[in-house]
Amino acid sequence: MTLAVLNIDWQTLTDAVALGAIYALMAVGIGLVFGVLRLVNFAYGQLVMAGAFALALASQWGWPVWAGIVLCFAVVLVLSLAMDRLVFRPLRSHSPAVMLVATFAVAFLLQSVAVLWFGSLGKIATSLAYLNRPVTISNVDIRKITIVAVIVALACLLALTALLERTTIGLHMRAASMDFQTARILGVRANRVIAVAVLLSGALAAVVAVMLTVQTPLVTPDFALRDTIIVLAGVVLGGMNRPVSATLGGFAIGFASGLLGGALPTDKSQYLPSFLFAAVILVLLVRPRGLFARKGAVERV
Amino acid sequence: MRRLIGLQELAGPMLLVVAAALLGTVVSISTQSYFTDALVKVAIVVALYVFIGNSGVLSFGHVSFVAVGAWTAGVLSVPAAEKPAIMPSLAHVLRDRTVGNLSSLALAALVGGICALIVALPLMRLSGLAAGIATFGVLEITHNLLRYEEKIGPGLNTFSSVPETTGLRQAALGALVVIVAAYAYGRSRLGRLLRATREDPAAARAAGVSVYRQRVTAFALSGLLAGLAGGLYVHLLPVNTESVYLDLTFITLAMLVIGGATSLWGAVVGALAVSALDSYLAVAENGTSFLGWQIDLPAGTRVIVVGALMAVVLILRPSGLTGGRELRLRWPW
Repeated sequence: MTLAVLNIDWQTLTDAVALGAIYALMAVGIGLVFGVLRLVNFAYGQLVMAGAFALALASQWGWPVWAGIVLCFAVVLVLSLAMDRLVFRPLRSHSPAVMLVATFAVAFLLQSVAVLWFGSLGKIATSLAYLNRPVTISNVDIRKITIVAVIVALACLLALTALLERTTIGLHMRAASMDFQTARILGVRANRVIAVAVLLSGALAAVVAVMLTVQTPLVTPDFALRDTIIVLAGVVLGGMNRPVSATLGGFAIGFASGLLGGALPTDKSQYLPSFLFAAVILVLLVRPRGLFARKGAVERV
Repeated sequence: MRRLIGLQELAGPMLLVVAAALLGTVVSISTQSYFTDALVKVAIVVALYVFIGNSGVLSFGHVSFVAVGAWTAGVLSVPAAEKPAIMPSLAHVLRDRTVGNLSSLALAALVGGICALIVALPLMRLSGLAAGIATFGVLEITHNLLRYEEKIGPGLNTFSSVPETTGLRQAALGALVVIVAAYAYGRSRLGRLLRATREDPAAARAAGVSVYRQRVTAFALSGLLAGLAGGLYVHLLPVNTESVYLDLTFITLAMLVIGGATSLWGAVVGALAVSALDSYLAVAENGTSFLGWQIDLPAGTRVIVVGALMAVVLILRPSGLTGGRELRLRWPW
């Protein structure tokens, strides 16, 4: 009933859930690195963009789908390791504000490299386009990618939870994000933990790249830039301190964004960013530490 | 003597601006536009410094006030006869009024300041990451509204036919006004109180300083100066919503950080140094020769170089080229 009042149909609802799932993955990617490095990676979207270009080039060269996905993962993982070695590691001892501005610079750097190499018009990734076709479940048309996105996101989150909760390296990562100094004293190897976090975060960026290129096949240098800004807002909104709250924040903002996009009347739909960010600011004013943050969590920035 | 040392902190940045303006008068007309642009950038970066430098809180939202200033000055100075062509759905109040150059700049500053005050009242309760994201939200909202609200401006169109009154002299004078205001604020009681909250918020609070009130004051003043800079900008070249958005935010933040965010001297040095490099690269992208070497860079190189430079400066010298300190010459006597 309420859904009918808000002028939202099932189509919008499922799309919103899918967008929420993809944003949740990006939120985890950003949250994992923040956990161990206390660094907000503004350049995360450019990792996704690089992966998307890899997919677009692979489909242009006529590679099979699996090869394109492998190339996408390879590019994103190499790039995230390079980012860690060249930028994050020398900056590790600096203040969070300096690190944030530095990743801002890296983001613009990578984007202009993409403009230089591929031009600002972009390339089209077509190899997975069939996932855009709808399937009909009890009179509701649902695009296949919606279902795939939700399943993949759930699988990734489950695997990640298992890794964090059940393995030694997961334990080390959790310890490091609680208190890096103490964890190091107790024998956690800093560089290893950080490298694993960066790699995991890169792998998630590659997954996101695959799913976003299905939804928006045209890959431009500012691909995923808008999404990153929205996800960053979502992550801070949810609470940076725990991966769970960051994930929930990412899902919430993706879901809200999808829902708002469907619920706004067409003559108001261009104001979607205003509504979204006004909501973000309002929530931040009420809960500056995040919606889902634990009580007593201290902000370190 | 102490007053002399204090004046040195004002004289250094002012002399640098005057020197840049004088240098701009001897070069060719096409090169001169780079100097004018650099001087407007000085005004924007110094406006940023007033808040970010003195408070130590990062703001991604200040270009909103540059945009608001540009819109105010732009809408009010397009000749009445040409308004219907580029702004067909403009509100009546704005359509029938056209003001002169100086009044448009003053109004740009005023509107920028009022907007910044309205934004600051709720937002300055936040700090750290939450403040960063919230100010980013302000930028997004401003950009979105200016882009689609055609009652208050050209919307998606470009501000053509604004009188191009920002020549070298107006840009230099504007930059000097902003520098003097920033200096006066920095030396005042309010500026010192705000820097105390930057150095140690807990101690400042314990001494009875309201962190919130000091930040609101600085934010509003810095919005006012940014509005003025926006007015200068729209009189310099045809502006649209994209020219006062992410790219300008990036380049001005880069200038502030590269120069050294915690000093006026750093803000001016950063703005001029990065502008010089950026303009040189822009020229080199069109092909130029340097000491007999033919240089022909591919388009897009400049953003890469500036981005890389910013990352390198942050890694090697996180407090910027000037170390974030004011200019202090040692007196020989």
